[in-house]
Amino acid sequence: MAFESICDMMRSLVHSQSKGSDMLIKKPSLLTENDVTPQTDFENSRATISASRRRFLAQSSMALLAGGLAPTSLWAGNKIEGYTKSPFSTTEKPTPYEYVTTYNNFYEFGTGKSDPVVTSHLLKTKPWSVTIEGEVGKPGVYDLEDILKRQQLEERIYRLRCVEAWSMVVPWIGFSLADLIKQIEPTSKAKYVEFTTLYDPEQMPGQKRQSLKWPYVEGLRMDEAMNPLTLMATGLYGEEMPNQNGAPLRLIVPWKYGFKSIKSIVKIRLTEHMPKTSWNIAGPDEYGFYANVNPKVAHPRWSQSRERIIGAPLFTPKRDTELFNGYGEQVASLYKGMSLNRHF
Amino acid sequence: MARVKLSKLQWGLIKTPVSLICLLPFAFITWDAVNNLLGADPIQTLHFRTGDWTLRFLLITLTMSPLQKGLKSPIPIRFRRMFGLFTYFYASLHLLVWLVLDQSLSIDNMINDVPESPYIILGLTAYCLLTPLALTSTAGMMRRLGNRWTVLHRLIYLIAILGVTHFFWLTKLDYQEPLIYAFVLVILFIFRWPMFKKLLAPKPTNNRVSS
Repeated sequence: MAFESICDMMRSLVHSQSKGSDMLIKKPSLLTENDVTPQTDFENSRATISASRRRFLAQSSMALLAGGLAPTSLWAGNKIEGYTKSPFSTTEKPTPYEYVTTYNNFYEFGTGKSDPVVTSHLLKTKPWSVTIEGEVGKPGVYDLEDILKRQQLEERIYRLRCVEAWSMVVPWIGFSLADLIKQIEPTSKAKYVEFTTLYDPEQMPGQKRQSLKWPYVEGLRMDEAMNPLTLMATGLYGEEMPNQNGAPLRLIVPWKYGFKSIKSIVKIRLTEHMPKTSWNIAGPDEYGFYANVNPKVAHPRWSQSRERIIGAPLFTPKRDTELFNGYGEQVASLYKGMSLNRHF
Repeated sequence: MARVKLSKLQWGLIKTPVSLICLLPFAFITWDAVNNLLGADPIQTLHFRTGDWTLRFLLITLTMSPLQKGLKSPIPIRFRRMFGLFTYFYASLHLLVWLVLDQSLSIDNMINDVPESPYIILGLTAYCLLTPLALTSTAGMMRRLGNRWTVLHRLIYLIAILGVTHFFWLTKLDYQEPLIYAFVLVILFIFRWPMFKKLLAPKPTNNRVSS
């Protein structure tokens, strides 16, 4: 390494320590209880977002100097390194990268499929913090980098079925939501997990229109959240998550319609009561809380029995939709004794 | 009203370029299909593009009669049949996309999909009603049917309502586009308000088809 860059790092280290030492002490961590940011600091954390970026840079330098594990390995370029391959992956051929990253439903950036790829550059994903609250032993505002340091990243190739009757196969990179939930220590009252997307119309221009109720909220029952298939994704195709796909952190629930897999998450809240979710508020008869993929339960206005395959040649017949999107073996037991028609 | 006296050949010379322009959307759609430029969801793209042009030509057709009255010129009406037939042309393409690409020509698929999708029922109904209008669009049929031709062709108002509702019913959340079509249709209906009022007025001897 060049001598100059080491000097630069030393300078930035000294600089950050003299300027922001109080913040370093407050840094939330999933490892030590003392490090957790008190709830009351949540409001402040939004205002000091640039300060937190400085803090992150300073710490990266420190880690490098100490010869420790640098989180920069995750953010060094577009590539994500050090992930394993998951046995949960489908053997189906992934949808081409071009389509996965240009055909997106992400109404925060507009209701058209090609809106997100055009406008999502406005979203600033670094630094990013996630508020953990509700029925947990370790509430706080956590830096995403800090959360990620504790997770084992895996590549999982999952089928994705949209409620609009099309489907894709996407090689996600992420970690098991169950691991994160265990780390934040749910209380006995935690029955549901509620997720919230960033609300900032300047960064998400689609929020200037009241198409859905903002911010976007989604939720899972606790056992659904703890299912090993449920993924918190940070990337796809071996790269950091593109903004239009829900960077920097999104949920993937492969046996449910795509709208359940909330994007750009800023808050995870464990609750006793079923969360009020955005699409369910927009159309309670059309978009249920469960939203399990089911060819036998039609949307009130269209059939769900078959799906168009994204990226397939023109004369490709539609694919028969499978119950639980083909993940019944892992998840059917979650809904034993429940009417899938009533709890759609 | 001043009559423009043009020979059959002269009318032909005017109409040919207009009909070629009307075929341009078809040319672009075909070009994109052949060159694999329909994007991630080609079936959906074809549905939307042929559906959009069906509604556009339907509204253009319905604009001709108010235009004739506004301009006090018989020229727009001379184009009405052509636009009407292009409406039917794009509607047929739209139906063909559904039959061949969406349903793979499978009766089983249709038996399953149609009852589950009310917007498809509306679309099919609109197409069924449009077919007799296309078949009776010739000068000979007009002559033969006489007054009944006018009555029959009033179906176009119902078809227009069905077509726009069809678009509304398949839309998820963002109604901006169908609202534009609905808005134009409402304006075209307002121009016809005196006629509608007359038709809807209770007349015991009135033929029911006209109401």
